[in-house]
Amino acid sequence: MADYTIDETVDITDVVCPVTFVKAKVALEELEDGQVLSIRLNDGEPVQNVPRSIKEEGHQILKLIDNGDGTYNLVVKRITLEDQT
Amino acid sequence: MALSNEQLERYSRHIILSEVGAKGQKKILDSKVLIIGAGGLGAPAALYLAAAGVGTIGIADADEVDLSNLQRQVIHTTPDVGKAKVLSAQETMNAINPQITVNTYRQFVDASNIMDLIADYDFILDGTDNFPAKFLINDACVLAKKPFSHAGIIRFKGQLMTYVPDKGPCYRCVFREPPPPDAVPTCRQAGVIGAMGGVIGSLQAMEAIKYIIGKGDLLTGYLLTYDALKMDFRKVKLPKVSNCAVCGDSPSILKPFDYEQAVCKV
Repeated sequence: MADYTIDETVDITDVVCPVTFVKAKVALEELEDGQVLSIRLNDGEPVQNVPRSIKEEGHQILKLIDNGDGTYNLVVKRITLEDQT
Repeated sequence: MALSNEQLERYSRHIILSEVGAKGQKKILDSKVLIIGAGGLGAPAALYLAAAGVGTIGIADADEVDLSNLQRQVIHTTPDVGKAKVLSAQETMNAINPQITVNTYRQFVDASNIMDLIADYDFILDGTDNFPAKFLINDACVLAKKPFSHAGIIRFKGQLMTYVPDKGPCYRCVFREPPPPDAVPTCRQAGVIGAMGGVIGSLQAMEAIKYIIGKGDLLTGYLLTYDALKMDFRKVKLPKVSNCAVCGDSPSILKPFDYEQAVCKV
């Protein structure tokens, strides 16, 4: 059983790098501190790069779920960044 | 309103900046900037503001594009010669960014129309080439409580300052009165290096963007001067003048007025 509740979802399979990260970042910006976002993303470049970029922004990766259809769901907890006002 | 995928891509290099983000980009999209003068300063400023996604850009200029403008007024192209500058500028801005609205004002800005013109805008850029217009824009912006960017360029030199209501001096605090007609040559008489408009006009666009997103320090209370030949930037601190005729404690200027224009003898 998951120890988190998903507050919001975003699908970034309809865009390509670097907009994948931008779209995920924007969705995270709109959450409150501590809320959880589930990001649907494609295999390959997105799943290699987006989690790393999100981690670099200071957010917490909770889980990466393989959907078995060439997509993943990346579950991220929003951590408030400095200078985000 | 959420940004579309297309907007996320177009503005991705802004959104990725922590100082901008989606919030800042939305502020830019919702903002209204008026550029007075579609010339050496207004041209680069208009290009960058359009590209940045400033949602509404007003551009005011009575002139047509002249062949001698093209050395520096990079928003106009050779086929535009003879066309109204505001239309030529509008076409280029909309070609860069079809998502923005460009309002054109093909008129000389004077005391009779400036208050109406600036009323709808959040920030004003002075891209004019003469002292009467610069004092008029200053007085109107002070009276209407509008922030604006002053700039001037001549030969290999340029300068700019930013006025924000209730924060720091206005242009008149610093320069008091226009010089006597013909005491200072216009750039038509004196010449100006084309890239100077690019440097100073781009800095004006930068000030507008920073004001809109509310980040960083503006050139309020400072005059930035640039001497290209010496490659010297100087930031000169300016005091607010308590007896300034327009922004002082007991102002004598209560509505905008026109100074006499110098007659160009060239």
